Amino acid sequence: MRRITAFVLLAVSILFLGSCSQESAEVDTNLRLLYWQAPSTLNPYLSSGTKDIEAASIVIEPLAHYDANAKKVPILATRIPTVENGDIAEDYRSITWHLRQDIVWSDGTQLTSADVVFSWRYCTHEEAGCTGKDSFRDVEQVVAVDDYTVRIDFTKPAPFPFGPFVGSVSPVLQYQQFKDCLGLRAQECTEANFYPIGTGPFIVEEFKANDTVRYRANPHYREEGKPFFQIVTIKGGGDAASAARAVLQTGEFDYAWNLQVEPEVLENMRNAGKGEVLTAFGSQVERIMVNQTNEDPSLDADTRSVYLDGNNAHPFLSDINVRRALSLAIDRQILVDIGYGVAGQPTCNVIPLPEQYVSTNNEDCKTQNIDEANRILEEAGWVKGSDGVRAKDGVRLSVLYQTSTNSVRQGTQSLIKGMWQEIGVETELRNIDAAVFFGGDPGSPDTLQKFFADVQMYTNNFEGNDPSNYVEGWQCGNVPDPENQWVGPNISRGCSEEFDSLLDTLSETFDADERVAIIKQLNDIVVQNVWEIPLIHRARVSAKSNTLKGFELNGWDSELWTIAEWYREE
Amino acid sequence: MKLDKLARAGQSIQEAREHPSPWMIVWIALKNHKGALVGAGVFTFIVLAVLIGPLVYSIDPQLTDTAVRNQGMSWQHPLGTDNLGRDMLAQMLSGGRIALAVGFAAMLLSLGVGTAIGVVAGYYKRLDGPLMRLTDLFLALPLLPLLLVIIMLFRDTLRAAFGPERGIFLLIVLGIGITSWMQTARIVRGETLAIKEREFVLAATSMGTSGLHIITKHILPNILSPIMVSATLGIANAIITESTLSFLGLGFPPDFPTWGRLLFDGANFIGIEGATARVIWPGLAISLTVLSVNYIGDALRDAIDPRVRNK
Repeated sequence: MRRITAFVLLAVSILFLGSCSQESAEVDTNLRLLYWQAPSTLNPYLSSGTKDIEAASIVIEPLAHYDANAKKVPILATRIPTVENGDIAEDYRSITWHLRQDIVWSDGTQLTSADVVFSWRYCTHEEAGCTGKDSFRDVEQVVAVDDYTVRIDFTKPAPFPFGPFVGSVSPVLQYQQFKDCLGLRAQECTEANFYPIGTGPFIVEEFKANDTVRYRANPHYREEGKPFFQIVTIKGGGDAASAARAVLQTGEFDYAWNLQVEPEVLENMRNAGKGEVLTAFGSQVERIMVNQTNEDPSLDADTRSVYLDGNNAHPFLSDINVRRALSLAIDRQILVDIGYGVAGQPTCNVIPLPEQYVSTNNEDCKTQNIDEANRILEEAGWVKGSDGVRAKDGVRLSVLYQTSTNSVRQGTQSLIKGMWQEIGVETELRNIDAAVFFGGDPGSPDTLQKFFADVQMYTNNFEGNDPSNYVEGWQCGNVPDPENQWVGPNISRGCSEEFDSLLDTLSETFDADERVAIIKQLNDIVVQNVWEIPLIHRARVSAKSNTLKGFELNGWDSELWTIAEWYREE
Repeated sequence: MKLDKLARAGQSIQEAREHPSPWMIVWIALKNHKGALVGAGVFTFIVLAVLIGPLVYSIDPQLTDTAVRNQGMSWQHPLGTDNLGRDMLAQMLSGGRIALAVGFAAMLLSLGVGTAIGVVAGYYKRLDGPLMRLTDLFLALPLLPLLLVIIMLFRDTLRAAFGPERGIFLLIVLGIGITSWMQTARIVRGETLAIKEREFVLAATSMGTSGLHIITKHILPNILSPIMVSATLGIANAIITESTLSFLGLGFPPDFPTWGRLLFDGANFIGIEGATARVIWPGLAISLTVLSVNYIGDALRDAIDPRVRNK
């Protein structure tokens, strides 16, 4: 009797399950994204982390963004300003944006020029600690000409006026929501920072810092019938390999971001047939930063890795010969083959794209030259000791080499250690958790900004398709130190008058070809002084599920730039 | 040792057999414990392999050779190679040294601290309260976060003083040692409290024997059994903690092979031709070491404790 009952129960449950799967045959409108670094805020002005900027980019938007070909596309504006259409002043001192009049915030109110003006005021407030300040460099004022016209005035002629409000790093915030969050109060407005009201396709429904973000479709979105997905979840945590596995092998997620994983591992996962791997080249370069300041651990907090106007030089990395030898000894092709595959190319420049900006003066670095490196060191007086390590005047060529914890990066570290061993340089490796290394916490000794090591490796890039703002990063004044809370883009602490004066020339040059030539020269100064050793021009690598359609990877702006167009096809 | 003494005292070996010394009895009991024998065999093999192995098998574990990546087992590379062409066997041997060195050193440290605190707390009533509260305090500390903080705070100082590898070794041994003595201390205290009330201790006290003498001559030998067990468990515990730290990417420098790190690095390569074994070898080594040590500890307890032994 019992057995029969069990049998009937089993049969019923099988039938029930069968009908369930029938029902779910209609298309799933939940989109699951995996960012192995979890978003910690949704206000891009308070975080420099790509994860935060991308997570925010589907809620709040700039006036224009970059498409997959690095072309500017208007979003909240009606057109891209040019000198021809009169929106950029002849003297390059101002730029005018015309806002679309049909844009409403997700709370139903109208987007007006007041919001744009406020966003500028918000970020440039002295006490705000806005990380997007770079976008507003040289901006004198942002003026609301009328409700739907905004003029941005520059303090000096701006040959590249597309810093403010172009690209997802510089979006428009809602005045109503953020009006009480100026200056020191910026960090306190957690409600606004976690649940920003935006014009994008989605609205934040639930935000758990460093864990999960849930969004739902914005009913006021400007395009009828979009977005297709009703719920979007961004889950954070894990590492690049487990993220790739979740999309490619187990199919739990629809999309995973930034997959710095060994090519054979990725290939193996892809063979499961659940998804595909996409790559897009932008301006990302994996590089080794060479510390120009002394990082001796015995120095106190105010001197260690602090520039001190050039009076704190590194004991041996301040010698250009040593730096050149370090770069020459590296076989970049092997690093690509082992760690990156099709997602990387050897590079000798810090500006690897767009094509016209790429310098051709440094190509010799692409071939490893151990003999030449040894000769340079020998000539400079660095002599090999009995332990095989070169030394001069009691200073040994022994470097501490740090990077974030990632299997590919540790592999690269080991390979480079072997290459440097051949030229008599001893290397100690260190890996730091990515959340700490890139976290930028001024209280932690292990951030890339503090640079408490001789050399460190990570990827850097510039936003958009114009490196004008990016090259300004290497100015002497941009060195991070305790006085500026360790904020500043000149991480390697390289500094030269030649560079700074050339930069001044750049800001006074308007001819496009001349500007390109100067930017190439600036790239050459950085590379030939070996403040940085460019290694690999990296593509963005993401994985998406086979059922996800309408996806286009973008190397120049947020990868979620077309999320409103995404749909599912089983 | 004891046997020698007996022999020197002029008694014949025959006599010694008829009245075997306590250690002899322990040995006989151990011999009959199959698990202990197999465990001891495996453990001895591992210890010998990591001690002598690198001398015989002299390939540098850190040497990268990109021509032979992700290879399976072969004569050149008995356990294959990893994705940078580093020899797996060489890495396993070198990693085993670290694992065992950390295991033993941390075990000795925690055993020393634990026994000292336990005996003192048990014997001197005045100190019992404060010491046991201290033990509770340490028990309440979460081990991993504490180790992470310790590593961040003292890494640079120790690195400057002892070099990167020895510095972090000391740090990890100290870290594991001072965070794992509490169980030993509690057990030892309990045993001491019981032994203290026995007649022979009372007799010794009434003869005016000093406290230190009573502890070393009368109490410690009687609580050896729980201490031994703690010791074996301590080794296993320390090896696993070190593996955890390496697995998290902390601990030793990333090119420094330890079993935990080899496991961590290999995990992503499961399913790739020639590379799947990468994750099996270190996993197997950790499991075998810990298991064999546990078996030995188990058998030792049974053998030393007469109540269990005679059952």
